Amino acid sequence: MPLGLLKYGLSKEHPAPRFFQDRTQPKKSYDAVIIGGGGHGLAAAYYLAKDYGITNVAVLEKGYIGGGNTGRNTTIVRSNYLTPEGVNFYDASVKMYEDLSEELDLNLFYSTRGHFTLAHTESAMRTMRWRAEVNKHVGVESRVVGPDEISQACPQLDIQCSGQAPILGALYHAPGSVARHDAVAWGYAKEADRLGVEIFQMTEVTGIDVKSGKVVGVNTNKGYIETNRVLSAVAGFTPRITDMVDIETPIVIHPLQACVSEPMKPWLDTILVSGSLHVYVSQSSRGELVMGSSLDPYEVHSTRSSLDFVEGLTSHIVDMFPFLSNVKVVRQWAGMADLTPDFAPVMGKTPVEGFYLDAGWGTWGFKATPISGKTMAETIARDVAPDLIQPFRLSRFEDYELTGEKGAASVGH
Amino acid sequence: MKLLECPINGIRPLSEFTYGGEYRDMPNPDTCSDKEWAAYVHYRNGAPGVKKEWWYHGPSGTWFIAERDTMADKVIRTYIAGQEEAK
Ligand SMILES: Cc1cc2nc3c(=O)[nH]c(=O)nc-3n(C[C@H](O)[C@H](O)[C@H](O)COP(=O)(O)OP(=O)(O)OC[C@H]3O[C@@H](n4cnc5c(N)ncnc54)[C@H](O)[C@@H]3O)c2cc1C
Repeated sequence: MPLGLLKYGLSKEHPAPRFFQDRTQPKKSYDAVIIGGGGHGLAAAYYLAKDYGITNVAVLEKGYIGGGNTGRNTTIVRSNYLTPEGVNFYDASVKMYEDLSEELDLNLFYSTRGHFTLAHTESAMRTMRWRAEVNKHVGVESRVVGPDEISQACPQLDIQCSGQAPILGALYHAPGSVARHDAVAWGYAKEADRLGVEIFQMTEVTGIDVKSGKVVGVNTNKGYIETNRVLSAVAGFTPRITDMVDIETPIVIHPLQACVSEPMKPWLDTILVSGSLHVYVSQSSRGELVMGSSLDPYEVHSTRSSLDFVEGLTSHIVDMFPFLSNVKVVRQWAGMADLTPDFAPVMGKTPVEGFYLDAGWGTWGFKATPISGKTMAETIARDVAPDLIQPFRLSRFEDYELTGEKGAASVGH
Repeated sequence: MKLLECPINGIRPLSEFTYGGEYRDMPNPDTCSDKEWAAYVHYRNGAPGVKKEWWYHGPSGTWFIAERDTMADKVIRTYIAGQEEAK
């Protein structure tokens, strides 16, 4: 190792190792095409290759990998959901995350911090108790705690929230974690590429060719590609893709914004979420406070960020932490969240044969990246969706069998 | 979009308004199939475009229609439902 470094000391060339090959022109045909080089698409490609030996796969990304919501989220990973279906699913993902740095041979800075969902009203306390009981039943570590325990974990927090909304208690979820989101995309890309998957950036799917109800190919800005299996994993762009195959879904797009403060010495160990104040906050390994809020109130297909958002968010942050009033916000941005009416994803097969959907990830899909990659790979390889994702099938809406995750997945409950 | 024109009260700050979702025609619940009703209840036109939407001006309690480009976030025109021609 030191000798290897010495070599670069003597040379003027310092080639950085590439994570994946720089490809420009896709082949004429693939066994499967994945639309979207976010965490979900890349994870699905990796598990297709690793678990099923299907390596003749192209991942088509219209921008750069991880440039969508994967690289824009506030990186919270947890499984303290409301429905048993949701808790089981996200718990499987948390377990995969715990070993993922090793599996992908890349430090994802996966950091287990403990996660407090603060309750400021009796009705919020009731939801916390409900979630705690469902979680315990499924075997996930969650319990209701009082203000003393919250203060112990985070002495800097003003339990009275400046008198605006005193904290009555919280749902404490020990496995709650944060990670480096872009590393997740890059790690999956690196390993998928190593197994033979081809990744194309700046390659946009412009149409999907369906004949007699079956996928036969995709049109791209780099020409036509033959394939009979297509996975759409495009989050905020999902309705544009489902329109190409004439599939109806309940998905609507609202922007979701986030921001970071200037870096500080580490002081916030835990992840704090407040539904009533529409705030979630954690401190990154770089020392920045990573802060997010609720969804923008109406449909927009753009990633423009707004002053209204930072104003609203920071006023609540200062209610919780008055001493932060002089700290500066240094970056803000938005992503396009693909929302469903029951706050659960849409995963699995569709009415078009060979067209698979991984969508409806809204504000909650980063934590699901490993498990959705794995279960979508299984769905594509076997043309059958595994039991774990059956509750999330698209046909649930026509069957009036929604998976009511509302109250757990979104901040504004 | 920071300002929105209420057909009754004129141009007002966006913070006075609430979004009510896309304007949609309701199928007749007595004659349509379960599938059609489920589609009406759950499915949405999620792709970007110029859409007819319900908006509500809170202080005056006015529901109205806005035609808005959901990609550029620009309002083309607003009117009271059913009074489209009058404008
Ligand atoms: C501000 C914010 C905060 C969030 N916080 C959290 C959080 O704390 N915890 C959590 O679990 N989740 C969170 N989320 C949600 C999470 O980020 C997403 O659900 C998840 O990252 C979706 O990943 P993806 O791979 O499906 O989509 P993306 O990462 O968005 O990838 C989709 C890709 O598809 C590409 N694409 C689109 N159309 C085409 C086309 N026609 N051809 C080729 N490529 C195309 C896009 O360029 C994009 O790169 C947050 C989201 C936002 C916006």
